[in-house]
Amino acid sequence: MDWLGVYYYWAFAALLMIGFYAVIAKSNLIKKLIGLSMFQSAVFLLYITMGKIDDGTAPIYHEGVSQQIFSNPLPQVLILTAIVVGISTVALGLGIIVRIQEEYGSIEEHEILGIDER
Amino acid sequence: MSAWAQHLPALQVGVPLLTTPIIVLLRPHGLAWAAATLTSCFTFFIAVMLTLAVLDGQQVQYSMGGWPAPHGIALSVDAFSAILLLIVTGASTVALLAARQIVNAEIEASRQPLFYTAWLLALAGFVGILVSADAFNIFVFMEISSLASYVLIAGGSDRRALPAVFKYLVMGTIGATFYLIGIGLIYLMTGTLNLADMEVRIREVSDQKPILVAAGFITIGLALKAAVFPLHLWLPNAYTYAPVPVTVFLAACSTKVSLYLLLRFDFFLFQPNLLNHNIQFSYFIMPLAILAILAASSLAMIERNLKRLLAYSSIAQVGYILLGASLVSLIGLTASVIHMFNHALAKAALFLCVACLATRCVNLRIDSLRGVAKQMPWTMAAFLLAGLSLIGVPGTAGFISKWYLITAALDEGLLGVGLIVVVAAGSLMAVYYLWRVIEVAYFDKTNEGTKIVGEAPLGILVVCWLVVLSNYYFGLAPWLSTTLSSAAAQILLGQVP
Repeated sequence: MDWLGVYYYWAFAALLMIGFYAVIAKSNLIKKLIGLSMFQSAVFLLYITMGKIDDGTAPIYHEGVSQQIFSNPLPQVLILTAIVVGISTVALGLGIIVRIQEEYGSIEEHEILGIDER
Repeated sequence: MSAWAQHLPALQVGVPLLTTPIIVLLRPHGLAWAAATLTSCFTFFIAVMLTLAVLDGQQVQYSMGGWPAPHGIALSVDAFSAILLLIVTGASTVALLAARQIVNAEIEASRQPLFYTAWLLALAGFVGILVSADAFNIFVFMEISSLASYVLIAGGSDRRALPAVFKYLVMGTIGATFYLIGIGLIYLMTGTLNLADMEVRIREVSDQKPILVAAGFITIGLALKAAVFPLHLWLPNAYTYAPVPVTVFLAACSTKVSLYLLLRFDFFLFQPNLLNHNIQFSYFIMPLAILAILAASSLAMIERNLKRLLAYSSIAQVGYILLGASLVSLIGLTASVIHMFNHALAKAALFLCVACLATRCVNLRIDSLRGVAKQMPWTMAAFLLAGLSLIGVPGTAGFISKWYLITAALDEGLLGVGLIVVVAAGSLMAVYYLWRVIEVAYFDKTNEGTKIVGEAPLGILVVCWLVVLSNYYFGLAPWLSTTLSSAAAQILLGQVP
């Protein structure tokens, strides 16, 4: 199999893992949320790449021009929805972080856990 | 079917979704509560109508906007989704009926309409997952329900809910994204999102590897949302620090809906089409289920907060549900589905008792419940009776599911004997952790200095007893739950009911 020929899937996997690492390893809640956002964006890229066809254009039908190659528009439509979902998640996450900062005076996870144990 | 009855699947989602903008605007807050409760009652009514149609043997299919599947968006309701619809809408309704006083005490009046809006959005998301027959729509509804649940959990006055809900948000989003990756891989191979169409086209796929990877992603993602044992970390704190009515609602249905999806995808899509996938599923899920029962029950035995104790017990019950499914047999799956129903009843009843206690007690540590049975005899009697159902004493709903589970295990020979030991051990642990509460409440002397003033408000108590009695009704006359769940098991195994 031509491993480098599918480099776009490697980009997807790499981005996914970078985001996932940030979510797991970082203690700062905002950094976690950035990681989460990257994790989601990687999946958006997976969908976009699968709809792309070599030399494909936007699926708009021109009269008289036959034999056009169109990219698959459905994954893009799906991802528009998924982006909205992603934005809402990040917005809600940031809202919760603001409330945590107000209540605890910190957005470092280990500090917050320490405050409640006392 | 009359003209409007054809539109029931769409109304099931549409009613709660479309009333939300009205509820945001309603003032005073009592009106918002009334409108939300009424809407929830109406969704429950629609769920009952759909269940009657399913029991009638009708195929409930619906194409949104008249566009036929697979290109249009399809909704469908069968016995499996019908029983879950009853659980979800029923739990929402009883929790809302009991919610008013507690919400008044915990959330300031100006924010209450928003709280009830989030509630109905969560309800719309859950029922949307259940009626949808389209993989991507399921993702969208899953996110609607999750985002609304995060708001509900963080809606109370306890600040410890905030870190808990952040953890839930991160883990829930990872779960949903894993699901999205899985759907993407299947779409890549089949070019369709409609579940029925997908099933047909997967058969034609020559390279099964991406489908297997997709199965892995979807199973793990949904297991994360369903709080399957090692992935349960978000659940205990989220349930503990949420306002009690929210805990009643979510404990009864949120993990069940994810389990529904897990079973539906695995049994409907992957097992008939992937080589030996039923064995992989069984070997993967069964150890997790056994661990869930033993480990979560042990944690419940040493837990000192009543709500977290019940939350750990919920994780153990997810184990029972998966244990039945992991046997991949008709009776095992029946046990699994019926336990979703019966556990929802028992856990809703127990958390409603907690709601009664929360109106009178300062906190819900077991230590501070000393002698509470003298002050609140009806509440603690309800707790005792609901506890018996959770343990699985004959005559209760819990017994029916344990009975099916043990019958299913008996078909498995030596392995089955081991499983029966696990189920018995789990039940004994349940006796122990519930007895700790009963003992403190009935036999200890009241703490000096605590002022527990009498019984819980009548409104909550009546709802609580209603659910407790339904535990006994479905224990003595389990016709509805057994009919629906055995039909659901047949559908999952691809046998025409």
